[in-house]
Amino acid sequence: MEVLLGITGKDFVILAASKAAMRGPTILKAEDDKTKQLNEHTLMAFSGEAGDTVQFAEYIQANVQLYTMRNDTELSPNAVANFVRGELARSLRSRNPYTVNLLLGGMDKISQKPHLYWIDYLASLAPVPYAAHGYAQYYCLSTLDKHHHPDITLEQGMKLLEMCTDELKRRLPIDYKGVLVKVVTKDGVREEPFDNNRIVKSA
Amino acid sequence: MMDQLVRQYSRSPHQNEFYSEQEQHDLTEGLPPLSLKFSLPPVANHSAFLRAMTDDHSNPNCPIKLAHGTTTLAFRFQGGIIVCTDSRATAGSWIASQTVKKVIPVSRLSRGEDKPGSEPVPGLLGTMAGGAADCQYWLRYLSQQCTLHEIRHKRRITVAAASKILANLTYAYKGYGLSMGTMLAGVTPQEGPALYYIDSDGTRLPGNMFCVGSGQTFAYGVLDANYRYDLTEEEALELGRRSILAAMHRDAYSGGFINLYHVKEEGWVHHGFNDMNPIFWKTKLEKGEFSNVTSEL
Repeated sequence: MEVLLGITGKDFVILAASKAAMRGPTILKAEDDKTKQLNEHTLMAFSGEAGDTVQFAEYIQANVQLYTMRNDTELSPNAVANFVRGELARSLRSRNPYTVNLLLGGMDKISQKPHLYWIDYLASLAPVPYAAHGYAQYYCLSTLDKHHHPDITLEQGMKLLEMCTDELKRRLPIDYKGVLVKVVTKDGVREEPFDNNRIVKSA
Repeated sequence: MMDQLVRQYSRSPHQNEFYSEQEQHDLTEGLPPLSLKFSLPPVANHSAFLRAMTDDHSNPNCPIKLAHGTTTLAFRFQGGIIVCTDSRATAGSWIASQTVKKVIPVSRLSRGEDKPGSEPVPGLLGTMAGGAADCQYWLRYLSQQCTLHEIRHKRRITVAAASKILANLTYAYKGYGLSMGTMLAGVTPQEGPALYYIDSDGTRLPGNMFCVGSGQTFAYGVLDANYRYDLTEEEALELGRRSILAAMHRDAYSGGFINLYHVKEEGWVHHGFNDMNPIFWKTKLEKGEFSNVTSEL
């Protein structure tokens, strides 16, 4: 029951990932970071099979950074997304494929537009304005369908994220220990403060 | 021609200060592969085969019985890291041993005998949960790699690097039926006190507190409720001991002796391998805990 959420707006992408690292019946860590920065303007959030997630993310991160070093240019979010999809598709047909679901958010340096990609372990790739993985899809996509607009500000985006996490707190039977929120803007990636301690009362 | 001969037979003044050209070459080029090669049974699905051979839940007559079931814990606090374990090894419902050493010193410098109350021994500590053989074998292997690191780089390996060697190893063998839940604890100049959790599905997590094994939930129950970062050394040792005792009491697969370690800057110190029973009765009779158990005849 890991939560991954992504929201784009006028000039930003928000990625939020649950902070609980679970194994069997226990939460082993309540401050886990399920995101990796790939280059200055792309951020990837990941969930899925234990072990696979970090191994795959580090592999992608290393290769994207190698590209940046060799060519002295950054890959665009679109290029990174297609590279990641390609690697997942290759892995899917191997003896032991990576079971990893991803959200990839980034700002295109040239068009100055935000991009968000939804990628699953079957190597599906979809550019989307907002996205979720796991059970969060069932609870949050309807909310996002209703309230999201492409030209919202970061403030509105954070409000929207709060609506989503509130609903998860109300209805998800497992405590996911809050979300870690990171934002990609033209200035790069930063962690955004987020109040996970608000108590949400069920109706 | 003459120049060449002179060059060939004269030595630079610093030549013997460090490793020779040839030695350096041998060290860097002759690195052993990170994962050793095993011969595997000639079957299509190794993990399914291993499960069929070892799963005594579905087949009590299975030919191989694995030692399972443990409680181990480690936590960081103001004065370093506390590492504590039980000592029981079980194979199904059979208690195979009550005197297992589940804390394993890693890296060459700390391989020495652990005498209680002696000087701190530098090096890392690893804990053992899951398959006893897997843990022993791979922690010994990790120990080799750490020693080689010390020789090659003339400095001790960081806990981060050591844990990554183990995690990459378990990840490479994912799906082959390895069973281990390990914690690595150590204090290095680069990291300070560091604690990592590594398991057989390839997970590697840095953290402040971990309980691993079948009794983990019981240990967490006591540890979480009474833990503070600013615990004194005495309090921390007592909390580690009490948390393991809770698990040994409630978990059928944990028991025997309480093995307690303290890792600090100068190295680890062993704080005893003590029978749980006197400690249990002392806790019950003097502190009035475990009121669930009656002491009347």
